[in-house]
Amino acid sequence: MARMISYKQAINEALDLEMRRDPTVILLGEDIVGGAGAPGEMDAWGGVLGVTKGLHAKHGNRLMDTPLSESAYIGAAIGAAACGMRPVAELMFLDFMGVCFDQIFNQAAKFKYMFGGKAKTPVVIRAMVGAGFRAAAQHSQMLTPLFTHIPGLKVVCPSNAYDAKGLLIQAIRDDDPVIFCEHKALYGSEADVPEESYAIPFGEANIVRDGKDVTLVGYGLTVPRALAAADTLARSGISAEVIDLRTLSPIDWDTVIESVENTGRLVVIDEANPRCSLATDVAAYVAQHAFGALKAAPQMVTAPHTPVPFSPALEDLYIPSAEAIVAAVHKTTGPVKSAA
Amino acid sequence: MTNNPFPLSRDDLLTAYRTMRTIRDFEERLHVEFAKGDIPGFVHLYAGEEACATGIMMHLTDIDRIASTHRGHGHCIAKGVDVHEMMGEIYGKATGCCRGKGGSMHIADLSKGMMGANGILGAGAPLICGAGLAAKFRGDGGVGLTFFGDGAANQGTVLESMNLAAIWNLPVIFVVENNGYAESTSVEYATAVDSYVDRAAGFGLPGVTVDGTDFFAVYEAAGEIIKRAREGGGPALLECKTVRFFGHFEGDAQTYKAKGENEHNRAHRDCLKLFGARVTAAGIVADADLALIDREVAALIDDAVETAKGAPLPGPRELTTDVYVSY
Ligand SMILES: Cc1ncc(C[n+]2csc(CCOP(=O)(O)OP(=O)(O)O)c2C)c(N)n1
Ligand SMILES: [Mg+2]
Repeated sequence: MARMISYKQAINEALDLEMRRDPTVILLGEDIVGGAGAPGEMDAWGGVLGVTKGLHAKHGNRLMDTPLSESAYIGAAIGAAACGMRPVAELMFLDFMGVCFDQIFNQAAKFKYMFGGKAKTPVVIRAMVGAGFRAAAQHSQMLTPLFTHIPGLKVVCPSNAYDAKGLLIQAIRDDDPVIFCEHKALYGSEADVPEESYAIPFGEANIVRDGKDVTLVGYGLTVPRALAAADTLARSGISAEVIDLRTLSPIDWDTVIESVENTGRLVVIDEANPRCSLATDVAAYVAQHAFGALKAAPQMVTAPHTPVPFSPALEDLYIPSAEAIVAAVHKTTGPVKSAA
Repeated sequence: MTNNPFPLSRDDLLTAYRTMRTIRDFEERLHVEFAKGDIPGFVHLYAGEEACATGIMMHLTDIDRIASTHRGHGHCIAKGVDVHEMMGEIYGKATGCCRGKGGSMHIADLSKGMMGANGILGAGAPLICGAGLAAKFRGDGGVGLTFFGDGAANQGTVLESMNLAAIWNLPVIFVVENNGYAESTSVEYATAVDSYVDRAAGFGLPGVTVDGTDFFAVYEAAGEIIKRAREGGGPALLECKTVRFFGHFEGDAQTYKAKGENEHNRAHRDCLKLFGARVTAAGIVADADLALIDREVAALIDDAVETAKGAPLPGPRELTTDVYVSY
């Protein structure tokens, strides 16, 4: 029987299971318990959107609320990881990386290499990403490309509840620092999620829909958008294959290349800003490695080169829509490259 | 005529009351409108803290700069930002002061010296050092004030900025609005020192803690600190102990608060009631004067909400404008 739970619950469950399994797993973050030192209820919040709710009752002081000092507590999580713990630190909104980025990209990301392979830093930094919440320019960004750019970091962005659980379990067990990006617009989305523990290996993309005319590549929220576009395209006789990258670093090039070799067309969808993004990365890789298979120029559907606007009227235009994906596919099927 | 025991003229007292009442009504009304589902995004209300913004801002003019927080509506109003434009912004309309692009957390009006609300905690502190530096170079006597909460006070940016302001003797004031909570976490848990003034002392900054629900206490302490900074005396810290009537943001169930805490604060720590009682008891202002202001402010807020609701949304072209000055 199907057990439908939300993306948010799946994350909570993964944290719970790993904390039970491994006593070195600890959770740090702002208001992840909530109510610390306050006269009312403890576990009042369980995270700003309730993702860690209930874990304090099960795991007590292995959850630590922090002051509003991201440099200090993200850095402390990294330091503890280098000393044998497996901390999962919550940064709330990935946008807040601005105040603690040094600890992530100059410290955590580089220990292993700089120290000649002798260090390991098994830290997970969880944070919300993405637009759609009317949360404006400093609480809505898709900053995945910034982290993907940095050697030493692993970057994950699940598109559904099943993957969220399996990828988070893998992230916690992984010996490298992992930036775990949770799309806030997906928290409520449900999937059939097994009760038991399972890990989804990194670097394995998921073909979420088979097709033969065009390959749609996305991650996070762009996956359901691509699936919606594929439905529309099917009605006009175009069969779209949809690939969910799941992890951006490492990235599963083989699955992407194999698919494009079958379909001959590529549309990459990325909610990040377009320059130096996953969209440009995948398009460039495919152009280089599957040029002969391409029947049309790869297309990219991304956010515009602007900050995230507040007004719903503008934000709805900002996020790549199913319509924009369909239009991009039509560009690839329109002027088809001659077989010569 | 009755002797005025206050450090402000009758007119200024009425202005102070009007500002506080405008902030209160603005926030109370947003609370209602948000519950109807008409307002997008995150909204952090300033109700309960009006005396802090007002008591401070009455010493400032447009050449003085402030850097605000996520809980910025009160700072904006007290600094003279247009209420209609603010409301338009909060509704995401083209008529908003940021043309609907910023929203509640990013309201700004540089012409009024209001350098923006902020979605990033502690971000205003370095910026206001820059404002202080600019004022110093311009030599116009302008000062800069950055506001932050008891929680944001623990950001590294704030601590670095205190030292920077101190060594460069900048005309900058650090205002801690200590409402006891950062989201759901209490200040007792998150901050080791008893008073932020003790922390300022570690950076070589003078500081003072006042009851932030007492307009006069804020007004007098701010007056001295601002005057000193204006005259080249350097930076200082002002801690206002205050209360937040609503949740952290709209939609917060507030179960971390004590039972009856909000009711108690509204009954005993309401800065507007305390102010009204004092000025009327002294015979400087009559109840009817305050009641008239109440009616005028209510009409202003009604009009701002109705206007904002009816205003046009930004057009699609707005999505890609304003990213650069030239590109
Ligand atoms: C750098 C950063 N970290 C975390 C947050 C999330 N956040 C927004 S407001 C807030 C609490 C702020 O508390 P305080 O500074 O006391 O101000 P108050 O809300 O009480 O006015 C938090 C944690 C943020 N916006 N920016
Ligand atoms: Mg506070």
